[in-house]
Amino acid sequence: MKKNSSMTAHAILTLVWIVVALYLALIYTPNEANQGNVYRIMYLHVPTAWVALLAYFVIFLGSVGYLWKRSESADALALASGEVGFVFCSSVLITGPLWAKPIWGVWWAWDPRLTLTFVLWLLFVAYLLVRSFFINPGRAALLSAVVGIIGFVDVPIDYMSIRWWRTQHPQPVIMGGPDSGLPPKMLLALLVSIGAFMCLYFLLLRQGIALIRLRRETARLRRELAMG
Amino acid sequence: MMRSIDIVWTLFLKDLRIEWRQREAIASVCVFGLLVVFLFDFAFQPGGEESLRLLPGVLWIAFAFAGILAFNRSFAAERENMCLDVLRLAPIDPGLIYLAKTLANLLFLAVAEAVIVFATSLWYNFSFLPTFKWFVCVVFFGTLGYVAVGVIFGAVAANTRMREVMLPVLQFPVAVPVFIGAIEATTSVLKHDPPSLYASWVKLLVAFSIIFVVLSFLLFEYVLEE
Repeated sequence: MKKNSSMTAHAILTLVWIVVALYLALIYTPNEANQGNVYRIMYLHVPTAWVALLAYFVIFLGSVGYLWKRSESADALALASGEVGFVFCSSVLITGPLWAKPIWGVWWAWDPRLTLTFVLWLLFVAYLLVRSFFINPGRAALLSAVVGIIGFVDVPIDYMSIRWWRTQHPQPVIMGGPDSGLPPKMLLALLVSIGAFMCLYFLLLRQGIALIRLRRETARLRRELAMG
Repeated sequence: MMRSIDIVWTLFLKDLRIEWRQREAIASVCVFGLLVVFLFDFAFQPGGEESLRLLPGVLWIAFAFAGILAFNRSFAAERENMCLDVLRLAPIDPGLIYLAKTLANLLFLAVAEAVIVFATSLWYNFSFLPTFKWFVCVVFFGTLGYVAVGVIFGAVAANTRMREVMLPVLQFPVAVPVFIGAIEATTSVLKHDPPSLYASWVKLLVAFSIIFVVLSFLLFEYVLEE
């Protein structure tokens, strides 16, 4: 039961953190000079994008861990991260166009980071599909680990090749060079939002891993029952 | 080292021999590639200047689809009569099987590409000859990168249900740098740009090929593992 109480504490922390982030994002921060209220979607869009990238990195770590140590928990980590990351990546692809339409005038442009996010989303889809289409479920972990590693190595090369086109995406606001940067209030709100979504990601990741464990346990018990 | 080259060569000849006796895969890959170019002609009815703008894209989409067919076929054949299990039992480094498969698919795809390019040259009334050397160079490295990921994903997809769908879903997103680099470089080559203008794209293709050949070579043992 100790594990459950730590999960509950994590859930409460996430909830409080998100409420604080919402307060900062919607009330505490001023309107942006040119974009007015529209820019506030940034507090959702940027954190989810960070989490999506982090999630693919965790797939990579879990995949390497599984091939190296053959631990089932590394595989569960990679799978759970794939499922959660897919949701976050989808959210990036939905919130991006919502902002782009009023500001750029178009829903979508094939700019480097948009293209990369879409490719990342396809990589998530490929990773999850490969898991669900196995004839022999025992090999799913092994082969999806291979797919996870190749996909992860591909991401920076994708980014490089895609970046050689002209960009119209707003430049990174954190660590983006001397001219970029946010006023302190907005920066605070953004950092708190990123923290909140990281916290949510790790909560969902833990839930996902717990769920995968339970599923495997159920499958094992069922097999034992069938064997009598 | 010599032994490794020997093994790769033997496995490569095995694939060629199987193909030579059936002549199924190469025929279907060529016909499929031609059909793609043919459909493009219907879709866009290019003429004059426009055809030069469309040509690189048409060629690479035809190569991509032909490749998918070849990679699927390559491992579907190994599943018949459990050939893959026998290969797996052989006391050799699984990476060598990957290299042999890559060589064989590179050759099959090169043959298909030659047919596609020849037909396109006639249909679009376009001569590839003035910059042929550079054109071959770009197509070679683009194809190598594409085959490098295609072969390992073909082996992965061979284990799944609906592998015909699975392979493109795996292959296309990972091969994005190949498409961008190859299409950009091909466009430059066909426009008679000096090589310095597209050298960076060719470098990208070479780097991509090296990275994924090495990575797949290392990972292939897990793909074959039972």
